Amino acid sequence: MTVAIDRATGKRRGDRAPRPGLGQRIRNGYQKYWYAYAMIAPVVVVLSVIVGYPLLRGAYLTLTDANSLNSARTIGVNHIAATYKFIGLDNYKDILFGPTAYDRFWSHFLWTVFWTAACVFLHYTIGLGLALMLNERVRGRTFYRLLLVLPWAVPTFVTVFSWRIMLADSGVVNQFLGALHLPQPGWLEDTFWQRFAAIMVNTWCGVPFMMLSLLGGLQSIDSSLYEAAEMDGASAWQRFRHVTLPGLRSVSSTVVLLGIIWTFNQFAIIFLLFGPTGAPDAQILVTWAYFLGFGQQPRDFAQSAAYGVLLLSLLAVFTSFYFRWLKRNDQLAV
Amino acid sequence: MSTTTLEKTESAQVPTPAPRRRSRRRGERGPLGHALLHSGLTLASLIALAPVAWLFYLSLGPDKDDYLHPGKILDSLSFSNYSFVLEHTAFFDWFKSTMIVAGGTTVIGVFVAATTGYAVSRMRFPGYKPLMWVLLLTQTFPIAILIVPMYEIFSELGLIDTYWALIVINCTTAVPYSAWLLKGYFDTIPFEIDEAGRVDGLSPFGTFARLILPLARPGLAVAAFYNFITAVGEVAFATTFMLDDSKYTFAVGLQTFVSEHDAQWNYMAATAVLIAIPVSVFFYLVQKNLVTGLTAGGTKG
Repeated sequence: MTVAIDRATGKRRGDRAPRPGLGQRIRNGYQKYWYAYAMIAPVVVVLSVIVGYPLLRGAYLTLTDANSLNSARTIGVNHIAATYKFIGLDNYKDILFGPTAYDRFWSHFLWTVFWTAACVFLHYTIGLGLALMLNERVRGRTFYRLLLVLPWAVPTFVTVFSWRIMLADSGVVNQFLGALHLPQPGWLEDTFWQRFAAIMVNTWCGVPFMMLSLLGGLQSIDSSLYEAAEMDGASAWQRFRHVTLPGLRSVSSTVVLLGIIWTFNQFAIIFLLFGPTGAPDAQILVTWAYFLGFGQQPRDFAQSAAYGVLLLSLLAVFTSFYFRWLKRNDQLAV
Repeated sequence: MSTTTLEKTESAQVPTPAPRRRSRRRGERGPLGHALLHSGLTLASLIALAPVAWLFYLSLGPDKDDYLHPGKILDSLSFSNYSFVLEHTAFFDWFKSTMIVAGGTTVIGVFVAATTGYAVSRMRFPGYKPLMWVLLLTQTFPIAILIVPMYEIFSELGLIDTYWALIVINCTTAVPYSAWLLKGYFDTIPFEIDEAGRVDGLSPFGTFARLILPLARPGLAVAAFYNFITAVGEVAFATTFMLDDSKYTFAVGLQTFVSEHDAQWNYMAATAVLIAIPVSVFFYLVQKNLVTGLTAGGTKG
């Protein structure tokens, strides 16, 4: 009955005792752990029903030719049964190697990778810079912090619309650039500038989370380390390089991973910035998959879900490599 | 942390430069440093504030093309957009839907995340590692794979166009991260408190409810904030699953001002400002706890 504190008593799962029989083990396990299982039950049930089951069903859909014309649907009072059929791996073959593979999948894939790398790099460096400044003893720092967190507090869809107005052809950004006699790019028309604008808006939205997390990390670094470093004559750069960065390691590895996952799957910003059908070349894989499944007629459910499976596998592979890399470098925060 | 000490000893071996004469104590800056710091923070604050402030400014201009010539707004400042939005659109319907969805997600999500976070913080049970993995992995699930089957399942269950659908979906995205965050926070609460509670005859549930939850208030506030903004900001599912325009959340309702044929930017701006208010109020209520809560969650992972 000491379940709740068995970490304090130093018991680990690895501590081996002679193994009792299976029935006995289940009974022991039930007595010992039922509190834990009762507490995680809601999450496990909800995740398996609402995420696990759709996931399996989605994975099955990718092996069919389901679209909005042959899926089960109800028109008025008539219920029409599904007529799609099993076609094996054809969807994947079509997406990855078909005649339109480059235009539809690979170009979006390359852009998505670039988008993720650029956004997370900017989130992290700008967030770290601001966190370092906020960590200094400076007058009005609570006030600065409040203002800087604002992009996080206001819902994304509100601010994205605001950016859309500002970046419009003769919106305030271009008027401002014009007043300075600088070129006025077509932010929401040219592919290059669309991508530029998407990265800019996402950076603006994502920095506050990084900033606050890193600020928390900075505040948890023991200040005696800095004193010791200074005693040893370390310059400001050396203190940053050898005290601050290692001290931030565990929080960094967590927020960078989350940042990569969230940015890779960032839906709202691109969807709202360019409208549901605009800017085909600035769509990342997630918004492109949504377009295939819900933005066109007929809706191609199977291909959309196949994109989903590909995205999920990419992220799962990436995450496990990331963890292996962290473990090898002994930086694991989990 | 072993690397830290390692690198420090290494750097100590490097011949240290002759100690410089220091006129300022640690943590003090010269006037130049102060100026740089303040200008950096001011510039960043302005960039953070600008889009929101600009939206507010535009919301005061009565014409839908005012964003093209913002100078004109100064001559005709009015709150007419606001009265139009409040009187002639479904604003209050959207407000109600958003509050039901976000409130439901926050209450259910935080409660569920708290029990899970407590379980993984205090107890080691078979299935602990897989659970932590799943919590992380659910963050990676792209909507593209889930949205079609979820749509099918919810329509079979008759849940399309209901608030429950959105509350449950928002919980699935917000709960894993909140649980992760709360685990970190619970880890910072000494285990001795649990022991004391158990010695005094409380069950694990009693310990959790009476001792740990009150102590974890900052962490819970952050989790609540995260759940709330996730639910308010959710776009894809709300757009796809809510068909009746009186049940739109703000994320969907706002899009109706900007259709392909007609963009009523002035009403959109006014609505956006009205939306930002309740969210900001909620934010200011919890902001004191944000850094503490994220610290624990972030550093402990």
